[in-house]
This record gives sequence, structure tokens and C-alpha cells, in this order.
Amino acid sequence: MNLKMNAPLATAVAMAVGLLVLVGYFIPLQVFTGLRMLFLQWAVILAGAALVVGVINLSQYHWAKVRRRGSGRLTSAALVLTLWFTFALTLVFAPASAPVQWLFQSIIIPASIALMGLLAFTLTYAAVRLLRRRPGPFSVLFLSTAVLILLGAVALPGIGPLPFLSDTLRPWLAQVPAAAGARGILLGVALGTVATGLRILLGSDRPYGE
Amino acid sequence: MTSYLTGATGILGLLFVVLFGLLMVILRVVKQPKPGRDLRPLRAFSRLRRAVNLTVESGQRLHISLGRGKITHPEAAVAFVGLSALQHFVEITAVSDRPAVASAGTGPLGILARSTLHAAYKAADQERRYRATNARVTGLTPFSYAVGAMFITEDDAVAANFLVGSFGPEVALIADGSSGHDALTVAGTDNIAAQAVLYASADEPLIGEEVYASGAYMGLGGLHGTSTLVQDIFRWLLIAAMLGGALFKLLGGAL
Repeated sequence: MNLKMNAPLATAVAMAVGLLVLVGYFIPLQVFTGLRMLFLQWAVILAGAALVVGVINLSQYHWAKVRRRGSGRLTSAALVLTLWFTFALTLVFAPASAPVQWLFQSIIIPASIALMGLLAFTLTYAAVRLLRRRPGPFSVLFLSTAVLILLGAVALPGIGPLPFLSDTLRPWLAQVPAAAGARGILLGVALGTVATGLRILLGSDRPYGE
Repeated sequence: MTSYLTGATGILGLLFVVLFGLLMVILRVVKQPKPGRDLRPLRAFSRLRRAVNLTVESGQRLHISLGRGKITHPEAAVAFVGLSALQHFVEITAVSDRPAVASAGTGPLGILARSTLHAAYKAADQERRYRATNARVTGLTPFSYAVGAMFITEDDAVAANFLVGSFGPEVALIADGSSGHDALTVAGTDNIAAQAVLYASADEPLIGEEVYASGAYMGLGGLHGTSTLVQDIFRWLLIAAMLGGALFKLLGGAL
């Protein structure tokens, strides 16, 4: 087998920890479940620390853009300033404090909602382009199903919910063919997840790089 | 995180995983599938391969987006597929003036992407070309991540985007930003809603398990080929079991 053993110690540790976590999930013995919980708690702590590294990485990239004086430097400068301002504010006042909550409620949530609105237009445009990009029976089926589901989900002004479509066709489409398709896809995803996990456990894949 | 399986379910689950792993190893030894062989043709991967070759020639970049999967959850698996792809493509494009860039939406994935980049440059004997900023955490909320990743296409002269990770519907913004710059988008995810969105917005969507077969299609060798084969075997077994169960129930079986 073509196992990558450039860093045998790292590979051995990853494989051993992965196996113990897996066994702890399937065999409810105190020794395994305890170890599994311990390793998962360590992973959660490390993920928290990695978040800070991620923020530093984001700042590094945008600070470099500001220093290069290229296009988008103003946006990058605004990003770095607001990022560290928010970080400092949260450190000083704590996450649940009024100023931090105001920032969250008045800036982050409205911005996300605005992007959500933009997403609706983006998807409509993508749906129209789909027919140009991949014309064919599956694209037509996809789009007509999406339109039927949307029409069945809303109450039209002056008409209300469309008869047959909203009470019969839409529930049937969502609960029979769509649910069956989704379960088939999820089955493939689950098998793919098992295969990927086993490749890592067997040392064939090493997502930890070195 | 605190849950675990008990009784027969736990034993059956463990048996399933052990059998899956054993079959992967046995088939690797017995069958030794050639990379890229025995696979049904998928246009997404042939287009991606062509685009990667063109990026080296045209001085453009490849962007691999790893999504926002939590490292302690099963959704990280699809991002691990992305990391394997990242290593492969960086080794190919390491000598280019504009090597591949990676974006991630969580801190741990950002670190793993950097580590993978470094390993790939080292493997290609081009360590001096490694830049830590080529693996970026573009945002920590779904939309900030999507918007940050969207701008990579614009800022870094990206010719092809390979979106492979756990995304939500906001992935449409990345795909739309990509098509606005005539860049190819090949995308696969584990999330059903995002898959529906990608079917409409990506040039080449990967459906269901196709994304997990990326390594086999890119000819990564190792256990990639056999794991795809074992996935197929187990899928047919599960289909047979489900049909058998339905038939058994239909015939009024109550043994």
C-alpha cells in the first residue's frame, strides 16, 4: 500500500487518536468513551485557538493589500480596522455587553440579511442562466419543479393559496420525489464520509499536511 | 459530541466500518486499480484538469474553497477531500507565477490549508515559493466567508474555482462571482440545500458521492481508487437491503 510516511510520528498519532475516537463511539466502555471525550475536548480547545490564528491570517492578508496600495486597499483597511476594533471592544466590555450587542444587532445581522436578499436575486439569475449553460431535460425539470414549489408555497395577492398546487402537488413533490432523491444523495454522502475517514485512519490521506 | 451508539446498533456500526476498511485494503492489494481507470466519465473533472493546465500557461490561478465544516463533525470529511485536491493541484502549479490559493471559513481549516500548502511546496521542491497568505480564512460567518471567497476570483486573476467543502446556500454568491469573471466553477458539497443551489449556479456541479471520488478522478493513487469501488459495492448492498426490506414488508412479512 502506498501509505505516506514522511512524518511517521504524526501519522501514527493521528491514526491512534482517530481509532480511539471511533472505538469510543461504537463501544460504550468507560475507558474508550472517556478517552473519546477527552480528545474531542482537546480538539474543541484547539479549534478555538485556531480561530485566533484564522483572524490573524485574515488581517495579515488584508494588511499586505493595504501596504501594496493596490486596488481594494480601502476595503481591506476598513476590514482590518473594524475587525480589530470589534475584537478590542469585545475584550474590554465582554460579548454580552450592550456595545458589543449593538454592533451585532445593528451591523452584522442587517448585513447578513442584506446578503440573504441578494442571494434571492443571485439564485433567480442563476436559474435563468442554467437553461443557457446546460440546456436539457434535467435543467427544465429542475426549474419547473422549483417554480411549482415556490408557487405552491406562497399565497398570491387576491387569490390566496393556489388550489391543488398548494395542498396536493407541492406536498407530494416535497415529500415523495424530492425526499427520495435527497435520501439517495445523503446515502452517497454518508458512504463518502466513511471512505474519507477510513483513508485518513489508514494513513493514505494526511489532511494535516506535514 | 457526547453521544455514542449502544447495543446491537453499535456493534453493527463497528462491523460496517471494519468491513468497509478491510475491503478497501484487500481490494488495494488484490485489484490494484490504475489511477483514473474503471471510472465513469465525469465532465467536471476533465474540465477541471484542462483548466488547471491552462492556468499554468496563462498565468492565472486556481482557487480551492474548503467551506465551513467544523473539524469535530462529519462535515469536515468533504473539506479533507478538498485538502487532498489542494495538495495535488499545488504540486502541479507550484512552479507557476500564480500558484493555487485556498480559502476556508473556519480557523482549523485555515491552518490545515496552510499546512497542506507548505507540504505541497516541499514535495514539489519549491519551498521558497510558499506564501502563507495563499491559504486564507476569508470570514468566520457564512456570508462573510462567501463574500471574502468571492473576491478572491476578482483580486487574484482566478481562472477556475474548485469549491469542495461544507457550504450553505450562500455558496451561490461564490459561484456567481466566479461566473461574472468567466472562471470555471466545479463544486461539490455534503449539504443538500447547497447542492440544489450549486446545480443552478455552478458550471459543473458534483452530486452526492461524486465529490468524494475526486481523489480517484484526479489519479491520486493510494486508497482513493479502491475506496470509490468499495463505496459503490456498499451502495448496491444498501439498495438491495432497502428494496428487500420494502418487499418483505409489502408481502406482509412479520417473522
